[in-house]
Amino acid sequence: MTSEGLQISKEESGIIVSPTKTITLRIFRYNPKINNESKFDEFKIPYQRWTTVLDAILEVKKHLDHSIAVRYSCRQASCGSCGMKINGRPALACFTKISELNSDVITIEPMNNFPIIRDLAVGFERMFSTHKKIKPYIINEESEINPGTKEFLQTPEDVEKYIQFSSCIKCGLCNSACPTMATDSSFVGPQALAQAYRYVADNRDKGKDDRLKIIDDSHGIFRCHFAGSCSQVCPKGVDPAMGIQLLRGYLLGFRD
Amino acid sequence: MRESVIMKIHYGTALASVALVAVHILFRLTQGFAESLQYESVIANYEFLPYAGMLEIILILLSIHGFNGLRVILLELKQGPTFEKSVSYGCIAAMALIILYGSRTIFMTSMGMV
Amino acid sequence: MAKVDENKEGIKGMVNPTRYGIERFAYLLMRLTGLGLLAYFVAHIYETSNILRGKVGWQEFLAITQTPEGHIILAIVIGMSVFHTVNGIRVMLGHGGIGVGKPARPDYPYAPQSQNARHKIAIYSSIVLAALAMMYGLAVMFGE
Repeated sequence: MTSEGLQISKEESGIIVSPTKTITLRIFRYNPKINNESKFDEFKIPYQRWTTVLDAILEVKKHLDHSIAVRYSCRQASCGSCGMKINGRPALACFTKISELNSDVITIEPMNNFPIIRDLAVGFERMFSTHKKIKPYIINEESEINPGTKEFLQTPEDVEKYIQFSSCIKCGLCNSACPTMATDSSFVGPQALAQAYRYVADNRDKGKDDRLKIIDDSHGIFRCHFAGSCSQVCPKGVDPAMGIQLLRGYLLGFRD
Repeated sequence: MRESVIMKIHYGTALASVALVAVHILFRLTQGFAESLQYESVIANYEFLPYAGMLEIILILLSIHGFNGLRVILLELKQGPTFEKSVSYGCIAAMALIILYGSRTIFMTSMGMV
Repeated sequence: MAKVDENKEGIKGMVNPTRYGIERFAYLLMRLTGLGLLAYFVAHIYETSNILRGKVGWQEFLAITQTPEGHIILAIVIGMSVFHTVNGIRVMLGHGGIGVGKPARPDYPYAPQSQNARHKIAIYSSIVLAALAMMYGLAVMFGE
């Protein structure tokens, strides 16, 4: 298309194209297979009003340094893969716009409280194992899939009791922000605790006592002090802090 | 002991000590702060057995609450079976020592053994 | 291999209150006041045992503690107790699931219900009450 043609198409479409600005990305680099030293690499890249941090990292990978390790998939805050620390706060890179950070320099680091695989990619083994530990499934001997047993009917009010907590995408941001997890390697963590509540609050489930027993140990639910950082970084509105306190209500005798 | 039981004790001791410490402070304020700290006044307080009993209860409640709080903080700072056991037993020992030391003061003073 | 292990933020991360609002600040203050009050409690048990040394011993002890520095330390202890009590009651109720909101389908921008205005007001109130109690304590101690 000629420049004249481009001008005409812009005018006809009525779209106002934002002027391109430049941002400096400071990306954490660390490869344990090479050496144990970590460093920050700086990249200057152009961005638009709608550019996300993930877009910017991919731009760097495409044009400046393809060796940066980053995990991502859906680019729409659905898969929970691109959790990282952006300017000191855990966030999803695909859900964070550069223009909203109000900063000329963006520091991107891997999430804390997760082992680093390389650069921005972290290992989720521990989080998944604590998630499994709380039995994240409906426990009920009468199964919907067994012939002759009844269908589990739920009212909209029944669903409302747990639906918020079922939005968890296992991105790990809550575990990364948690002050207890900053020092306690054995703590079960806000992600797993909120999921324990999700199943306990489900009226189809009969595994409440099992789960309460699992989380009632010296590194269980009582190591949460309701600082609420987990809820502040959750990109899906799960509000793990609420789930944890409601769950603890059962153990303290405030709820049946 | 299950953690939920320990924490119920933690909350219970907190609430009870808030009420009793308030009475303890009121004793200082109603008598005039400086006057209430004079030797004769303090001895009279100790010899008033209900007050001495209250001091003993405050001593026990706050020792349990305080050292359990310390145990919680320490357990979160470092993990490992040996460390965790040492912290738990260490806090119980410190709690017992403080209770014994404080009880000695309360008992001897209230019995007029000073 | 610390980074590979877990990349934990450590105590520095735990005590950094700047990134997550007033609730995280209250969490830190609760810890610090708890430790401070425990230290004072142990010291108080020790200092009051001076009564066993008789009148002279007690007067010697008063001469050390009933000073402007002693009064300031006591005022700080008063502030710590009031904050720890008021915020402690807030946290205790929260731990029982009281005042943390009701689960509901989340809507963008996903403001967490558990971090609601009631809790923020309670935290600010505990700080204000602690400051007022400190001032009252100072007035009583220095007024005499």
